Amino acid sequence: MQDQSAETGQSSAAIRASSEADEARSYSAWSQIWYYFLHERMLTAGVLMLVALLALWLIGGQLVDPKGAEPISGPQAAPPQAKYWLGTDFNGRQILPLMIHGAPLTLRIGLYAGIVGLGVGIILGFIAGYMRGTVDAIVRIISDVFITIPSLAVLVVVASTIKEGAGLSVNAMGLIVASLAWMWPTRVIRAQVLSMRESNYVEVARLNGMGDFEIIFRELMPNLLPFLAASFVGAMASGILAAVGLEALGLGPQHEPTLGMTIYWSIYYGALLSNWWWWYVPPTILVAWIFVTLYLIASGLDKWANPRLRQSL
Amino acid sequence: MSITYIGARVGMFILVVWLATTVIFFLPRIASDRNPVRERMIMMAATGNLSTGMEKVVAAYERDYGLDQPLYLQYIRYLSSVLRGDLNVSLIRHPTTVMDLIQERMPWTLGLVGFSILVAFALGSLSGATLAWPGAPTWLKGVLPIFLTLSPIPYFMLAFFLIFIFAVRHEWQPEWWPMLPIAGASKVGTIYDGWDLARVWDVVRHSILPASSIILSQVGFWALGMRGMMITTAGEDYVTLAQMRGLRPDRIFGQYGMRNALLPQLTSLALAMSLIVSGVILVEYIFRYPGMGSLLFDAIAGFDYFVIYGVVLVLIIFVATATLVLDLVYPLIDPRVRRAA
Repeated sequence: MQDQSAETGQSSAAIRASSEADEARSYSAWSQIWYYFLHERMLTAGVLMLVALLALWLIGGQLVDPKGAEPISGPQAAPPQAKYWLGTDFNGRQILPLMIHGAPLTLRIGLYAGIVGLGVGIILGFIAGYMRGTVDAIVRIISDVFITIPSLAVLVVVASTIKEGAGLSVNAMGLIVASLAWMWPTRVIRAQVLSMRESNYVEVARLNGMGDFEIIFRELMPNLLPFLAASFVGAMASGILAAVGLEALGLGPQHEPTLGMTIYWSIYYGALLSNWWWWYVPPTILVAWIFVTLYLIASGLDKWANPRLRQSL
Repeated sequence: MSITYIGARVGMFILVVWLATTVIFFLPRIASDRNPVRERMIMMAATGNLSTGMEKVVAAYERDYGLDQPLYLQYIRYLSSVLRGDLNVSLIRHPTTVMDLIQERMPWTLGLVGFSILVAFALGSLSGATLAWPGAPTWLKGVLPIFLTLSPIPYFMLAFFLIFIFAVRHEWQPEWWPMLPIAGASKVGTIYDGWDLARVWDVVRHSILPASSIILSQVGFWALGMRGMMITTAGEDYVTLAQMRGLRPDRIFGQYGMRNALLPQLTSLALAMSLIVSGVILVEYIFRYPGMGSLLFDAIAGFDYFVIYGVVLVLIIFVATATLVLDLVYPLIDPRVRRAA
């Protein structure tokens, strides 16, 4: 054992001498992560944008009075000014507190979609990729079918039937959009498992007498981590996309200022034609910000998981 | 192209349409027990449009549409009416049938979707291919990151930015700044007979912003995919051979490079179809473009149940058909798939 570590120490010293790029690879998981952060500009930019978003929520929430997000806390449709930084809407809500209150709601919906999407994706993807045969065919066909069906259309039917009085709660909204966020994770994970289960190290593990579950959790899962992370972020993005779309159509929570609902009300009260740009521009920027953030993180993780992509960019 | 391949694709198409119609039939009924006809009647009564005999009318509606029957009978009835292309009658614009409403709106959506996809696909693929090829212009390299940043943003979000910049007056805009229309597909109150040049120009002007918001968001996506494929293609032996044979560079680029790299793009297009159509629906609603999106929104606002159903169904069938067509065209242009299939 001691000999071995001495040997690895030596060899890593040799590698360090030979090239700087190889250095990070022979180090621990943490230094590896740090390495990618420094070298993956996309991932870094995405994480920084996410931090800024969280800061808006945590710090902004402390500095700005949440009461400002309520109706008639300010004048009607006032443009940005010293007292109301981002102006107010038709009902006298102040836009800035509205945004600080609304952005985390939208993120929360995305989080539900990410968790459910990834969870279902892992279960179906692993079952299909690992068992192959008929089970695989069924899972593949079902996920292909659901990819072809425009999920917004299905969600519109569901949400418009349920919508009554106060409409959906933020949590119900999250669960509804989450129910159609599993197709892409399933597809990606299945393809990965399918190719991984043929790889040599899985073969070795099997010959060593490892059971299926052990192989899945100790051999496949750790290697899939970046893929799983990227799938999680992807499912988040598709959930938020569906949620914001539904909300913009007026099918979201009626009393919670999610970003999509703010957009809906701004259209409803004719902000576009009345040139109340401060009403619809901030939520639009925030939503765009969220999508760019998720996109950068997902692409960064993809490149991490897929070294071939790294070279081509 | 073998019979098995066609059979599998058509089977998939039928499965998609059947599953989608089934899901949208059962889900709302499981989720709630609202009665759209009764609600509509109550709404009309509240506005004074209907005073007496409401119960009778509701009962007649329920009988006509089979709402009083057990669920499985309703389902069979619904499936057979969908097969016949009968999508019931609008509750608000009674007795206009849903099919009539859709036929009136569908051309606008088809035009907008078709035009935007075509332009975005062509622009994106061409610039992506150019970027992967040696000697790509520097300005293109500078533009790509901008489009890549725009690509994850939903179309209708870009619509708001475009409206902010090109459709409303601000102090920072100079005199000559173009102001584009943001509502409808032609000037309000103008009645055209036939398609003369003025009308075409009017329609084009009204389509600039909706189409741009879709195109701007898509170009980056197609460019990125094409660039990746083209890098692989550029390294292929047959490209090197073509160069050694002294073929003209543009011929190598087009016939040897693009033609091969373009094929996976078509697969992506088939997979992205449902997302694109969902996005276009929202863009139409923002711009009050008289397509399926606005129809859907008005139906949601007035809880015009059958119209919501009809629009959603037609959209699903439209996406499934587009996917089927792409699947069937694919082997025709890719001999490798033709042989394997």
